Amino acid sequence: MLHRFSKFLAGCTVLLILAGSLVTSNDAGLSVPDWPTSYGWNMFTFPPSMWVANILYEHGHRLIASSVGFLTIIMAAWLWFAEPRRWLRWFGVAALGAVIAQGALGGLTVLFFLPAAISTAHAGLAEIFFCMTVAIALFTSPRWIASGAEPVDDALLRTVATTTTVLIYAQILVGATMRHTGAGLAIPDFPWMFGHVIPDHWSNAIAIHFTHRIGALLVTLAVLATATHVWFHHGDRRELTRPATLILLLVATQVTLGALTVLTQRNVWINSVHVVCGALVLTTSLVITLRTWRVRFSDVRGVRLQADPRRGDEVRLKPDTTSIGARA
Amino acid sequence: MLRNAWVGVLGMALAASVVACGGGSQEAAKPAESAAAAPAAGGGQKVDPATAGSVKGTVTVDGAVPKNDAIKMNADPVCVKANTSPQFQETYMVGADGKSLGNVFVYVKDGLGNYSYDPPTGEATIDQKDCRYHPHVFGMRVGQTLTIVNSDPTLHNIHAMPKGNAEFNNGQPIQGMKMTHTFSAKEVMVPFKCDVHGWMNAYVGVLDHPYFAISDKDGKFDISNLPPGTYTLEAWHEKLGTTTQSVTIGPKESKDVTFTFKAPAAATTN
Repeated sequence: MLHRFSKFLAGCTVLLILAGSLVTSNDAGLSVPDWPTSYGWNMFTFPPSMWVANILYEHGHRLIASSVGFLTIIMAAWLWFAEPRRWLRWFGVAALGAVIAQGALGGLTVLFFLPAAISTAHAGLAEIFFCMTVAIALFTSPRWIASGAEPVDDALLRTVATTTTVLIYAQILVGATMRHTGAGLAIPDFPWMFGHVIPDHWSNAIAIHFTHRIGALLVTLAVLATATHVWFHHGDRRELTRPATLILLLVATQVTLGALTVLTQRNVWINSVHVVCGALVLTTSLVITLRTWRVRFSDVRGVRLQADPRRGDEVRLKPDTTSIGARA
Repeated sequence: MLRNAWVGVLGMALAASVVACGGGSQEAAKPAESAAAAPAAGGGQKVDPATAGSVKGTVTVDGAVPKNDAIKMNADPVCVKANTSPQFQETYMVGADGKSLGNVFVYVKDGLGNYSYDPPTGEATIDQKDCRYHPHVFGMRVGQTLTIVNSDPTLHNIHAMPKGNAEFNNGQPIQGMKMTHTFSAKEVMVPFKCDVHGWMNAYVGVLDHPYFAISDKDGKFDISNLPPGTYTLEAWHEKLGTTTQSVTIGPKESKDVTFTFKAPAAATTN
């Protein structure tokens, strides 16, 4: 049940990221000029009749964010009282801290008229929070716990997958910087750059945009390396091959969306879905990475899978009271 | 012990959420700055009306300007209702002759020396009406009161984005709401936008002297009561940029000046 709830929270976070990207794509970040109130109203009593034009995006983003915040409180409490793994209980607390900090950053960026640094930090922390929700969903899954018995132990894959995830996050930060400094169309053509392979003139905006394109190339290569390694060396491990296949599809989609964002002069929906797809690429890579590190989690056996005699072959989580020494 | 502590933290977080979300009723937007007027610029002599002259002239554009962008107001039913005909941006206000250019801010940029001027009388006003700013381009003095009005039965926010003055962004959710603001430093130009209705924009030129004018739909402008001297005049247009020229005014002399902007290349006729 906790696992289902954590998946639900992760899904809501995807919706929240979409809502946030729609705010930026519509240039609606300051359409509600006050915070935490909305035009002086309590956020939750702001009349729907006033949710017009860009207010719909900004106010909708705030309401979804509040909902995700409350869901995170529930999940953190749930973990705290029901989860036997101590580190995971604190991880839930950290997720709650992240979503509170995220809300504060969102408010600050409105009150300070969207400074690029705060807005970019807001975007960067959003991805971290999303990663945390996905990680919690993964850590609470029966498959994760079951895989502790025969974890994949491949040092090279760990290195490649971790590097890929870090690269993707860095790429997302560059993308966020590009969005919040207005550099999204600094290079207006694709695949060429001002008609050349390398831009023939430079500015800060062009440099940021160029870095994002180079980053896309590096991320694609890194993802290819990870997926290839998985398929060649761990083709029988579905917990790795499935996300490896998925991330290839997501990266192909993401590159296409990035190109279309430029070619359509930042079409609102294409641009926004590009942001969401980037987040999905990141978390898919994170899932692969965490599964490659599963072997290092095996020392922390706070729970184990145990057949529930009352319900046939259904598995339930139960505290593991066996000491590590006794198992060895 | 730790669980108890955490439960306490959780309780505080919930309480903070409730407090943050509380606060109740809608309130009027407050002015971003106090209305205390800055002193008039210059500490020197007063302009002598007996010798003052004027600069009159025309602003034109050489070539065909791009067609103004169409506006879709369907995101707000109030705006749709207020504008039944097709709506366009006010970027290029070209006269019937196809050359004269309105909404150009013309001002004395340099050469005034050390005059002192009477404090500005009256207020400058910008009105949000029919989901547009009225006027689209205007000028005012440092320290002069700007009254910002929402005449629409929908909500607007007025977001000023100056570089030399303090930025502000105030909501006006109720029809008839007013607020005032004063700029503390000269700045050409300060853009305004409504973040709710992305098509709404306006520009104000803030100066420490009274020598400015906005060209009308026929491109005409008139700057009067100008003391004798040699001045640099600048004309500013929101898309076409700026152009300057020097003019010398003798006692009681009136000079005619024409500013000509060059239309962008490959323009579609407006």
